[in-house]
Amino acid sequence: MASHHSHLQGGRVDISLIQTTARNNLISLLEKCSGPKAIVWDNSLAGPVGLIAQYAVLREHSVTKMFPLRPKSLPEADVAHVIFITRPKLHLMDYVGQNVHADSRAKTKKQYHVFFVPKKSLLCMERLKHIGVFGSINLVEEFRCELFPFDADVVSMEISDVFREYTLENDPTYLYQTAQAIIFLQKLYGPIPKVWGKGAAARQVWDLVTRLQREKNNNVTTRPNQTSTIDQILLIDRTVDLITPLATQLTYEGLIDEIFGINNSTAHFPIDNFLSSEERTSESLSEDKKQIILNSADKLFADIRDKNFNAVGAFLSKQAKTISTQLDNTQERSVQEMKLYVQKLPQILVKKKALSHHTAIAECIKEVTDSYDFLDTLQTEQEFLNCIEVDKASPYIEDLIAHAKPLVKVLRLICLQCITSSGLKPKVLEHYKKELVQVYGIQALLAITKLEKVGLLKIQSGTRQYTVLRKALRLTMEDTSEINPTDISYVHSVYAPLSVRLAEQVTKNGGWKQLQDVLGLLPGPTLDESPAIPNTLAQNNSDAPQVVLVFFIGGCTFAEISALRFLSQQEDSNVEFLIATTKLINGTSFLESIIEL
Amino acid sequence: MSAAMLTADWFLLGRDLYFRKFEIYTMGWHQDINLENFIATSAPYGGPIAIRRDEQKFIKVQGSGQPIISIFSGSGKQITSFKWTRRPIVCMGWSNDEKLIFIQEDGWVVLHDMFGQYLHTFEISKKIQDAKIIDARIFTNPHNQTGVAVMTSNFKIFLIKNLQDPKTRQLSELIKSSLHPTSWVVISEDNNTEVLIAREKELFRLKQDEHHTSIMLEPDISNNYSSILEMAVSFNARHVALFTDSGYLWLGSSNLRTKYCETDTNIIHKPKQLVWCGNESVVAYWERDNTLFIVGKHGQKMMYTYDSSVYLTAEIDGIRILSNTQHELLQKVPDVVQKIFRINSTDPGSFLLEASKHYQKRSHRANEYICLVKQDLKKAVEQCIDAVGYEFDTEVQKMLIRAAQFGKCFIADMDSTKYVNMIRLLRVLNAVRDPKIGIPLTFTQLQNLTQKTLLDRLITRKEYYLALHIAKYLQMPEEEGSSHILVHWAKYKVSQAHLEEETVARVIAEKLGYTPGISYSEIASTASQCGRKKLAIKLLDYESKASEQVKLLLELTENTPALSKAIESGDTDLVYMVILKLREKMALGDFKMTIRAFPVAQSLYIKYCKEHNTQALNEIYIQEDDFSAQAQTFIMESLDEKKAHMRDSLLTSAAEAYRKGRKDMHASMCDEYLKLLRYQRSLDEKLGQPKYVGKSVHETCLLLLKSNDVKSAEKFRNEYKIPDKRYWWLRIQSLAHLEDWGELEKFSKGKKSPIGYAPFVDICLEKNNKQEALKYLPKVSEDLKVKYYIKAECLEDAAKIAFEQKDIQSLLYVQSKCPSQSSLSEKVNSFITQLDNRK
Repeated sequence: MASHHSHLQGGRVDISLIQTTARNNLISLLEKCSGPKAIVWDNSLAGPVGLIAQYAVLREHSVTKMFPLRPKSLPEADVAHVIFITRPKLHLMDYVGQNVHADSRAKTKKQYHVFFVPKKSLLCMERLKHIGVFGSINLVEEFRCELFPFDADVVSMEISDVFREYTLENDPTYLYQTAQAIIFLQKLYGPIPKVWGKGAAARQVWDLVTRLQREKNNNVTTRPNQTSTIDQILLIDRTVDLITPLATQLTYEGLIDEIFGINNSTAHFPIDNFLSSEERTSESLSEDKKQIILNSADKLFADIRDKNFNAVGAFLSKQAKTISTQLDNTQERSVQEMKLYVQKLPQILVKKKALSHHTAIAECIKEVTDSYDFLDTLQTEQEFLNCIEVDKASPYIEDLIAHAKPLVKVLRLICLQCITSSGLKPKVLEHYKKELVQVYGIQALLAITKLEKVGLLKIQSGTRQYTVLRKALRLTMEDTSEINPTDISYVHSVYAPLSVRLAEQVTKNGGWKQLQDVLGLLPGPTLDESPAIPNTLAQNNSDAPQVVLVFFIGGCTFAEISALRFLSQQEDSNVEFLIATTKLINGTSFLESIIEL
Repeated sequence: MSAAMLTADWFLLGRDLYFRKFEIYTMGWHQDINLENFIATSAPYGGPIAIRRDEQKFIKVQGSGQPIISIFSGSGKQITSFKWTRRPIVCMGWSNDEKLIFIQEDGWVVLHDMFGQYLHTFEISKKIQDAKIIDARIFTNPHNQTGVAVMTSNFKIFLIKNLQDPKTRQLSELIKSSLHPTSWVVISEDNNTEVLIAREKELFRLKQDEHHTSIMLEPDISNNYSSILEMAVSFNARHVALFTDSGYLWLGSSNLRTKYCETDTNIIHKPKQLVWCGNESVVAYWERDNTLFIVGKHGQKMMYTYDSSVYLTAEIDGIRILSNTQHELLQKVPDVVQKIFRINSTDPGSFLLEASKHYQKRSHRANEYICLVKQDLKKAVEQCIDAVGYEFDTEVQKMLIRAAQFGKCFIADMDSTKYVNMIRLLRVLNAVRDPKIGIPLTFTQLQNLTQKTLLDRLITRKEYYLALHIAKYLQMPEEEGSSHILVHWAKYKVSQAHLEEETVARVIAEKLGYTPGISYSEIASTASQCGRKKLAIKLLDYESKASEQVKLLLELTENTPALSKAIESGDTDLVYMVILKLREKMALGDFKMTIRAFPVAQSLYIKYCKEHNTQALNEIYIQEDDFSAQAQTFIMESLDEKKAHMRDSLLTSAAEAYRKGRKDMHASMCDEYLKLLRYQRSLDEKLGQPKYVGKSVHETCLLLLKSNDVKSAEKFRNEYKIPDKRYWWLRIQSLAHLEDWGELEKFSKGKKSPIGYAPFVDICLEKNNKQEALKYLPKVSEDLKVKYYIKAECLEDAAKIAFEQKDIQSLLYVQSKCPSQSSLSEKVNSFITQLDNRK
């Protein structure tokens, strides 16, 4: 088991605690049903729960079968219990209903249970009653798992609808859940004595945290005087920085996500690049995708994930050289050296394997990044970010539309142009709209309307916020090195994530006081509070690094994580960042979650 | 205080079986209360005393004929008095939780609290009907709950084991006879409650089974008798006492198999009370000569005479004797007390006490006594600590505490927890025994009652301040202690109708704040029960648990506040609960008006409708004049394959809605789509297969071009105003698709391309036709030329052009594309150096 969570430890805040808590929680729920059991997973959960308890653990607790939750009857299974583990979503309740109906018709003597993650919902239970299966369900439990551990410094709630629900639908359900996640973190790691935040959602979440804290304190009379392990929390409402997710990520991990998609620390690559030439020609290919787990348990990955992709190639070839020197010239060694060498050999071989994997991945990426398509898009993006030609319809975008390139890709660029021009000229927006509807059909109008509603598309108004922000926060940097960066802007090659600039300022003397004017330009209220904490055990000595929890409400990108890591790795930095998010996103997945296509 | 004085109130009832009787209060009640004329009853655990006039006695009655019930504290302080306006009372008594029980002759039980407030009433059994109740017993079951048993005029007995959960059982009936019962008593054991009943000489046991016929019992009574006049059961229900008309008191086990003793009392008439004192002795009281007769289990006896009537109350560890002037306690002297105070005792505690006394007197003999107990000092200290709990006299308490403290000094590693705890408890006991409070609780009783119940009793007496002090002093957890007390205090405040709401709410909030464990909804609920709805609502403002708050507000039909609190909580489940409840309760119109004031509620309801009820959804959009949303719903529906047949009308509706919302462009997009749809249908019809329907304008045009119908495409393009640029794209895409390279070239030579000639290169390269691509390269605009030559893999030309354009950046780029150490690469290098030199 130790190896399973080793990548979660190492920071000042031990993230493996989250894993252990959740796993124990799940196990104690499973133990309520004795005998062999089948778990039916809500698809959005099977992956994240894997981060908590692998199948082996579940099998130890007599989980013999696992099925995805689908709107059709369950496969045959000789079990005593069927447990549905699901998010409280209405359409999933219908699936549960169909499953139970079909299965119980088979007259098997099974017990059915529903575990909601992380919270029961009245509407879902009503729905189950309405379908007429509520009576057949034995246990309705809550699997209180608000956060999933991704790495020693990253946790995520893994809910992709958060941003859409609180902006577009004005539904605060997930803000409440976010607040509960923060309460949970405070329970594990002690109260947080300093709060920063920007944006309406940040304000609302923190208000709810305060409220829940009070409610909780009211029920628990004996609370241990926990010391604070987290010194500050910074809540960032994604609405405050919509630019960053739209810009293409240029870090290694970011690019993997942009091109191949990373889900629950796992990515799939075209298998060709991973095979030797003989293997490639042989026809016995069982799979067409290579699955690779990407987290800091892989030391090489930990070294390169945050680098700009342009620095990765050189790094990998240097590694390759070291390994080959280690492996070569075995002849001229003494017996002593030989012994040492043999001892180290397994490690070296592991390294070699990792190296070959990442070299293959890098090749896959390079194929894409060298394409004109990618480069042209990037160039357009960077022009926008530098406020070049933002006020008229972009010929490049027009070309993309004319070629009927994927709608989301086009919208991503239009949205970026819109933000960087602080709103589009009415004529330009109108033109884009017409073009989009003519090419992609009337459904494009629905997508556009949604983007307008969340503020990603809008008409230019008086002030040019972006122009001011760009200067004040140094959002675009010229001449930054991609190989030996000195500023966070390396993660997008020219653009420094606005969100991370805010985080950067928090750690500096004077905090956000310096930013008064800038903060006024960003939407929503500003939080700068020091909640009263019983028995201020909080103050740790000022020499120890400060742990700052940055909580992204509405999602965060890998590039943002890399930028934050970069900040804490600076020599003069006395900060360690812990990143929490409602979902790990990139521009495409972000827009898709909004327009629901 | 000498040992003789300390044991002055002791008397012996058998070997080492000492009893003592001492005063706990001088009764503070009115002089005109003469117990002779009253029926008195006192609640166990030193509870309050209720009295009413004994109607069997003829005295001058003042005022109306209605009986008056008066309630006093243990020290005789009047708490309340009230007129009895109901049916005649057969029996009056207290429950273990200090409720005053009245059993009426009509078979109804009425409960009042100790302040005389009516609580509730219930009928024992329908079966009683016309028969009257002639006698009743109130008893304690083994779970320390109070039960009642009644006897009807036809000698049937009904039983309720626990008043809090009144289930009535009828007991088996007596064998028919002309004789009348002479005495009866309830024996309540673990899972069995039975009645022992005497009919003159006969004795029966009645069980909880109507059909069981009872057998006559024959206790081993040696002295002749003709009737059993009275009976009593001990506290633990193991022992009984029978009193016969020959004046003998028979003591034995409750199954009558074992006989302890049979004692002659020399009085042959029925005692007014026959009560067990603990489990060790029986006390009989005859009112005629005011005699108290105490008989030990082994037959030893003791007699006391009073100068007026008394009343006995059984406690678990003794009997309280209530007289006109005094309140006394009669109990077996606790063993440890006996060991210390008994004359000539050689127990370590006794020596330690002596040593301590001498030490106080500064006498050297202190040392001698300490030496005597040196081996057993620990035990000695413990004895003193244990004994002190049983003492009521504060001087004696001090004496024992001093001794314990003194002894402690000689023990190196004495754990003082016990000592500290005892002193704490002692303080509490002394505080509640104070005549002002008047609860003469013994240590044993407190242990049995639990500290929490004691607090509850103080709360009932509205002694909130004292209760709070005790809770803090005993370091009780907040939810059992201070919070619990404060909530009750608040509930009391709330129930006082004369206080102004605003003030009450404020006072309560000030006192309670957000103390952990305080449930404001509980207080508010009390307020609402007292009919003070407004106050309840105010109080709910302080409730931190949103779910509680919302639930109660809904009960109070405070719909809007309930909704607003639910929203504040952030818990959307709660909001949905309110929404669904309101929709159930309210007229649809009112409901809509209520929720529209809350954007979040409105949004959630809209979401709910999207899932459940599109009709209602539309109505909301109409109500809100949200034309855009209406239009979107129509468009969404029009995209649904299942609703393909309604597509036209849906698109028309969408356009209409947009128009109403002044979104003319969107409206015309819908119109255009409708027009397109119709055109596509006509195309498909002509074609005889579905090809065009569902495609976008762009796709349709492309399809037309691809099918080489340029004329239709041109017409289509004009009709749908496809911009020039995109139309050019469509043309070249379709031509490339058809691989009609000649036509493409012709097309390029027609008008000047609005998209430049780079796309021509691109499109040819896409089709892998480099040859064709080369044709257009020269026409590519200057700024893109190098890039396109590279794209077309004409690196040498690219280098030349870049050199001509003096563009080092492009040259470097070309170089990066060249295979290293090739002749081309060298050439590029030389270009670069040339340009560099020229600078």
